[in-house]
Amino acid sequence: MTPGTGQQHPISLYLKIWGLLFVLSAMSYMVDYLHFQGYLRWGLIITFMLMKAGLIVAIFMHMAWERLSLVYAILLPPLCLLVLVGLMFAEAGHTFLTRLLFFH
Amino acid sequence: MNTTAITTPALNPPIAADGWRGLIADWSSDRRAFHVSWGKAMMWIFLLSDTFIFSCFLTGYMTVRVSTTAAWPNPSEVFALHVGGANVPLLLIAIMTFVLISSSGTMAMAVNFAYRRDKVNAATLMLVTATFGELFVGMQAFEWSKLIMEGVRPWGNPMGAAQFGSTFFMITGFHGLHVTGGVILLFIVSFKLMRGDYDRTGNYQIVEITGLYWHFVDLVWVFIFAFFYLW
Repeated sequence: MTPGTGQQHPISLYLKIWGLLFVLSAMSYMVDYLHFQGYLRWGLIITFMLMKAGLIVAIFMHMAWERLSLVYAILLPPLCLLVLVGLMFAEAGHTFLTRLLFFH
Repeated sequence: MNTTAITTPALNPPIAADGWRGLIADWSSDRRAFHVSWGKAMMWIFLLSDTFIFSCFLTGYMTVRVSTTAAWPNPSEVFALHVGGANVPLLLIAIMTFVLISSSGTMAMAVNFAYRRDKVNAATLMLVTATFGELFVGMQAFEWSKLIMEGVRPWGNPMGAAQFGSTFFMITGFHGLHVTGGVILLFIVSFKLMRGDYDRTGNYQIVEITGLYWHFVDLVWVFIFAFFYLW
């Protein structure tokens, strides 16, 4: 990939990914429509979400063909957010318990 | 021997200085980390920062949803549409999802045509993408109006936990603002493309950079759809 020419890929590839995203969206909608509950629901929602996100970033945003220096510079920092999510989840659980203890 | 003596310093530039001077020299000495155009690199860095903004919103939403003792309104029922005598759960949201995915598809094709220097098709597909975007924002406006008429406010709602309204308006509003910004960007770029602004340099990469932003807006919706509407 020489600089300036950019990313060029066949339109058929985009159409296939488009179709796949449609199918994945329909499947995640079906999770709600069929009233799946518990771990099955969360597992399916997360799986379909990550598959859709992966397809969009890798194919539509061309990350699959970029050089690793760019890929890692963009995709690694968001992993820090998992620490934030973990901390806030623990904090929220603690808030919930104290509310149950003192305000109920 | 002579040639190596000449080329070596160029390949391995000596460390200029320590401290702040060294820091500046290291980041400025005509070295580049990303072998893409500056426009593309800066768009990716902007999108990275936007990722953090939306992630903070979604994390805040998780925090208030986990910590509230009031029952969370069931999104499947709140966002149901009454069609043909029955309530279809999340129907509008599902249509909005398909509209946004379709707009990503047309955007990807616009990028393809732009690199083939077919500016009529590229600009047309960008306008189709913008139309899908407007359709999405229109449906979001309908959804907001419906919820406001049902009594949902940022500080409370009749269905349950008060935090539902604040997170809903905050997250979908900020996303809708991004879609609106993307539509405006698409209009500007497609107009400039047709006017021939990019013909002088012959570089149509701006279409791909605009596309990056648009796909990102779709990407954010994937997470909002999963965490806010389906969870």
